[in-house]
Amino acid sequence: MSQATLRVQKISGHAGPIPGEGMQREDQVCKLVDTTTCIGCKACEIACQEWNDLPFAQTTFDNTYQTMPTTQWNFWNLIKFNEQPKEDGTMMWLMRKDQCMHCADPGCLAACPSDGAIVQYTNGIVDFQQDRCIGCGYCITGCPFNIPKFNPTTKKVYKCTLCSDRVSQGLEPACIKACPTGCLHFGTKDDMKDLAEKRARQLREHYGFENAGVYDPPGVGGTGVIYVLHDATNPEAYGGLPANPSIPWAVRLWKTPLRWLGNLAMLGGLVGVTLHYLRFGPKTVHNGESEKRS
Amino acid sequence: MSTNALPHTRTQSGSEDRILRYTLAERVVHWVAGLSYIYLLITGLAFWSPYLFWLADLVGGGPTARFGHPWMGLVWSVAIFWMYTAWREDMRTTPADRKWAKHVGDYIRNHDENLPPIGRFNIGQKQFFWLMLFGGIALLLSGVAMWLVNDIPWSWRWLRYTAVLVHAVAALLTIGGFIIHVYMGTAMVRGGFTSIIRGEVSVAWARMHHRLWYEHVKGASSREK
Ligand code: HEM
Ligand code: SF4
Ligand code: SF4
Repeated sequence: MSQATLRVQKISGHAGPIPGEGMQREDQVCKLVDTTTCIGCKACEIACQEWNDLPFAQTTFDNTYQTMPTTQWNFWNLIKFNEQPKEDGTMMWLMRKDQCMHCADPGCLAACPSDGAIVQYTNGIVDFQQDRCIGCGYCITGCPFNIPKFNPTTKKVYKCTLCSDRVSQGLEPACIKACPTGCLHFGTKDDMKDLAEKRARQLREHYGFENAGVYDPPGVGGTGVIYVLHDATNPEAYGGLPANPSIPWAVRLWKTPLRWLGNLAMLGGLVGVTLHYLRFGPKTVHNGESEKRS
Repeated sequence: MSTNALPHTRTQSGSEDRILRYTLAERVVHWVAGLSYIYLLITGLAFWSPYLFWLADLVGGGPTARFGHPWMGLVWSVAIFWMYTAWREDMRTTPADRKWAKHVGDYIRNHDENLPPIGRFNIGQKQFFWLMLFGGIALLLSGVAMWLVNDIPWSWRWLRYTAVLVHAVAALLTIGGFIIHVYMGTAMVRGGFTSIIRGEVSVAWARMHHRLWYEHVKGASSREK
């Protein structure tokens, strides 16, 4: 929550040092999604709607089991269903829980111009503070996972909070509580990585999934939501999980070199015209002829 | 009809040594464009850098600035388009401009006596006009994409990236022109600011800065008599 400034390590659109940086020792939290044991029951979708008191979201039927094409401003947790053909001609059903990944290097936060509209807590959760949001949608451009969604009525953007309100009270996120198969886990990043790697090894060694592995993309500094995939070489098959996500280069260019170049140019322009005035002064008209100046 | 044919309109003061340089319509549109641009500049720069975010407070806070910027952008675009329809002919570069441009150093150093005569606008004014026109088209197209970013599908996300870059670059280019334009119009070329407010310049001013235009106007008004 926004009052907890001492527990914040990154702030969007902020000039100067970050008040809470390094002030508290906290473990990185992490959600582990084991896609290999997900049965697509959508209990997590409902738990998210319930806990966050989200208004009813219209579902879209497109001949699959998927609730709607993408997450929405009032639907933050979506199970994506994908059919993947196997070499022997049979099908494999891939189900992946899609939500904000809580990137260590969040593109949404890098893009956001509004002071404090997006914060990253010391525990790694990336949280939107709607009272500070101006509704510009820059975060939509900055996110490599297509997560922040705009509400045209409130003109604010919303997404999964990783239940920051629950986690700050020592509880696990609502989706984790609801999962009946135990495919969702919550804990410190180190513990979850450990558990995920063990499960991936088990899949490789005992279940014949030679490419099983853990999805914790380094391009965004790792994420606060990690996946165990049957085939870690093809994350795209899991409803468009990007193989190598990073903050878009255009957003990086825009926010750093272009910004400084622009600031220097604007400052240079102001200094230039001031110097011109001091050196040459105004052009005045005298009796129809220009004043001679040196 | 080219607005070179100004002498058909009388100056307000009706005095012999004043010449009408900008009609009332031209002045109104200029200030619609100018004031809307200043609003766009304040709100745009607020989102450009965290060190300038306080600018949004000058115009009602972040959400208000975000709401107002694109609408004001439409107002500004209409004003620029009007200027295009009205001034397009006057803004073409002429051989006299090219000759003048060779002496631009003298203009900068205020050695205006060395400058060859030119028409209603000098080449700097003309280039500023085209910069604002083409910059304006780029700002409008990219600005609309940024306005409706939530409606751009994920598979078209390259458009989001292009829009933010184009908008920022085009804004910076027009800001460069704007700084010079405001400096020259207010501080450097005395008489210019009055002309865009009251519409009139002195005969001496017209002869010094835009002699060919002055002669054209004088010729036309003596024919009229
Ligand atoms: C022509 C119509 C225009 C439209 C539809 C438009 C629209 C937008 C939109 C939607 C944004 C995103 C944030 C916001 O709403 O403020 C934006 C940002 C911005 N606009 Fe415009 N705009 C227009 C013209 C201009 C002009 C003439 C300037 C010149 C100063 C300008 C300067 C900026 C700047 C500096 C930003 C911030 C860019 C950044 O953060 O990199 N815009 N514009
Ligand atoms: S819309 Fe996104 S980028 Fe813009 S202020 Fe709100 S949170 Fe920040
Ligand atoms: S997934 Fe998108 S919205 Fe979530 S932290 Fe990363 S960049 Fe931000």
